[in-house]
Amino acid sequence: MAHVALADKGQELAHPKTWIGAYVWSQDHKVIGIQYIITATLVGLVALALSAMMRLQLGFPGVFDLIQPNEYYSAVTMHGMIMVVFMLTAFFLGGFGNLLIPLMCGARDMAFPYMNMLSFWVYLASVIVLCASFFVPGGATGAGWTLYPPQAITEGSAGSGMGIILMLVSLALFIVAFTMGGLNYITTAFQARTRGMTLMRMPLSVWGIVMATILGLLAFPALLVAAIMMLLDALLGTSFFMPAISDLGEVSSTTGGTPILFQHLFWFFGHPEVYIVALPMFGIASDLISTHARKNIFGYRMMVWAIIAIGGLSFIVWAHHMYVSGMNPYFGFFFATTTLIIAVPTALKVYNWVLTLWQGNIHLNVPMLFAIGFIFTFIHGGITGLFLGNVAVDVPLSDTYFVIGHFHMVMGVSPFLIVFGGMYHWYPKFTGRMLNDTMGKIHFWVTFLGTYAIYLPMHYIGILGVPRRYFAYGSLDSFPDSVHVINTSITIAALIVGTAQLLFIYNLVWSLFKGEKASSNPWRATTLEWQTPDTPPKHGNWGPELPVVHRWAYSYSVPGAREDFIPQTEEPSENTKGDVH
Amino acid sequence: MTATLIVLAVIMGGVVFWLIRQTLNVQPWAEEGPIGQDHASGPFSVQPAKVGLIVFLAVAASLFSLFVSAYFQRMEFGDWKIAPEPFVLWINTAFLILASVFYQLARNAVIKNQTAQVKSNLLIAGFFTFAFMGGQLWAWQEFHNSGYVLSGNPANAFFYVLTAVHAAHILGGLWVWSRTLFKLQSIVETRKVRTSVELCAIYWHFLLLIWLVLFALLLST
Ligand code: HEM
Ligand SMILES: [Cu+2]
Repeated sequence: MAHVALADKGQELAHPKTWIGAYVWSQDHKVIGIQYIITATLVGLVALALSAMMRLQLGFPGVFDLIQPNEYYSAVTMHGMIMVVFMLTAFFLGGFGNLLIPLMCGARDMAFPYMNMLSFWVYLASVIVLCASFFVPGGATGAGWTLYPPQAITEGSAGSGMGIILMLVSLALFIVAFTMGGLNYITTAFQARTRGMTLMRMPLSVWGIVMATILGLLAFPALLVAAIMMLLDALLGTSFFMPAISDLGEVSSTTGGTPILFQHLFWFFGHPEVYIVALPMFGIASDLISTHARKNIFGYRMMVWAIIAIGGLSFIVWAHHMYVSGMNPYFGFFFATTTLIIAVPTALKVYNWVLTLWQGNIHLNVPMLFAIGFIFTFIHGGITGLFLGNVAVDVPLSDTYFVIGHFHMVMGVSPFLIVFGGMYHWYPKFTGRMLNDTMGKIHFWVTFLGTYAIYLPMHYIGILGVPRRYFAYGSLDSFPDSVHVINTSITIAALIVGTAQLLFIYNLVWSLFKGEKASSNPWRATTLEWQTPDTPPKHGNWGPELPVVHRWAYSYSVPGAREDFIPQTEEPSENTKGDVH
Repeated sequence: MTATLIVLAVIMGGVVFWLIRQTLNVQPWAEEGPIGQDHASGPFSVQPAKVGLIVFLAVAASLFSLFVSAYFQRMEFGDWKIAPEPFVLWINTAFLILASVFYQLARNAVIKNQTAQVKSNLLIAGFFTFAFMGGQLWAWQEFHNSGYVLSGNPANAFFYVLTAVHAAHILGGLWVWSRTLFKLQSIVETRKVRTSVELCAIYWHFLLLIWLVLFALLLST
């Protein structure tokens, strides 16, 4: 039986003998998860620095002169691509996925630990290739994170030489890494659960991460196809995407290629990608809210189905990013409709979070603050998404700061709040120490209020028509003065928020040595990862015996129970039996 | 994107249908005790490696369907010039079918623990696979020599890209194949290679199916 083969791994797990074996070439899912988290954090800091440079340029044009127009374009592109793919996707799936799936399912490790290790090293290689592109002649690509051809590979535009080549190679590597990791996450969650851990007893975090992995495995190939064809266009002169271009009377060798094809491929990946980030965020948010409100999650089954439905629907909305590229009006109608439909299960989830909080015994711990903050930012970002889903509303707003405001609220700030919340929540399990509370609270309030100061005004100047991806606006009379004032204030807010992130990094390092010692279950949570015999869990996680699961993941405040939570491993007894409603 | 949507609808439809069915009548809040033990051993009673492979096949199916979709979309444009496929592709197709057949025979032998047959069938399957790869190179040569260069026309470019991506998948399979053979040399127990032979057989059939689809696509346009 498959189960036995995995459960028996306790004996088979190759325990590393050297320091390098244990912490560098490690096959332990926890070490790999932490390696993912550290790498994603470092590359995320690079992206943060890039956004500070862009903001200084936009807020104080001509004052600092840090970057030239071409470098601004490189910065926009690298900032966006790093944040979406190399930071958030890697952090949620490679980081939290690795840390949480085996522990929450009661497995000793991932199904294929060696492949899991390779996944990290290939990811690291992709990050290195990506960062190398800053230093090649012509600089990093400046085509925008959407990498649209022909601009991306047309001579004369920023980073159209080596820059874009390295970007595409790096993405291809990332996809390979993701696929190796993804095979592990899915197989582990479906095949290696411990006794009693039925699908419907899995915490929502696992549901979210697994569904996001399925989306990623099916959607990343679209990006790979686009990258391969663009590489050939750039290097070998094919014309998949490149139309005939006439430049000062000189006609290019390429013939009638179609940039629209690239857009389809890109967004066929790009829209599911939004949910690759969003679904783990939903799952983790649910667990944080339920644990810290001491209440079972409202509508667990509905939450699971919403995750599944969103996953399915996310493949048929992609062209809402292409309304302005021109399309058959019936297609536009179709994609507008699907976009509005996908909002239904999403809204359901929001209601359920709020209903979970309703009359809960809310503990405003730092992870909970972030989770509640997330509900706010996600609602704001989601509602502007409904605007943009309608063709007639989108056309004038497309490529303005309104869009920047929208997606930063929904997939910039919201996932980050959950990343932070998750870090404050699980840090004690993986280090044995609590993160500092005061620093955490400062971090939360500055980040939460600051992001509103940054992104709300962006909606406003977007409605005024201020276009995105501009290096400088000069003295265009069409914009009122307030636009310049707002741009300056956004920059100041952004710098403050950026600094607050450094405080978080400092907290992570400081608490590792000086933090308060954590008990094995500091939040008094029910799920399996808190029931390990050791904190931090040792290689193999569970000691000699695998845990046995007796109940679902949300037994909080059960009437008649001894405490306000019943761990999933606790055997049913007289005083917990009965109306576990 | 119709081709992709069909393939993905099948895959996603399967996943969604299965998940919904698994979760439909379950009331996790009302049940206690270590229920559903057969669930815990995995919903499919197969080895994890097989699940891994099947997931990977879904990824590859998505990849190829996207290439096919791109092919159809690009074909619509005026500069597309239909190119005749080299005849040798027919022979290659026969090679790949034979490779698949012998891999199946190897699989049947491994289940019955017949070491000698496993070895010989594996070797023959590998031989035909290499013959296929050589034939594909030959086809490239011929295509190129008849003036259909990569950058000449998108139709040519697709010919090279589709065959190359398919060949890359075969190379991956051959790597596992060579490791299986190597293991067969050094160990006595045939049982130990059973999983890899079984899984490779599935992989070979899958790649044959993909090739038939691609070949039909090339022939018909
Ligand atoms: C302190 C935090 C952040 C600041 C100050 C910031 C600022 C900016 C700025 C100034 C732009 C360029 C807009 C333009 O020139 O038109 C931008 C674009 C972008 N940002 Fe952020 N950002 C932040 C966080 C994030 C996060 C967390 C994500 C992750 C999802 C993200 C994803 C993107 C994307 C995808 C783009 C679009 C790039 C493009 O269209 O070329 N940003 N951001
Ligand atoms: Cu979208």
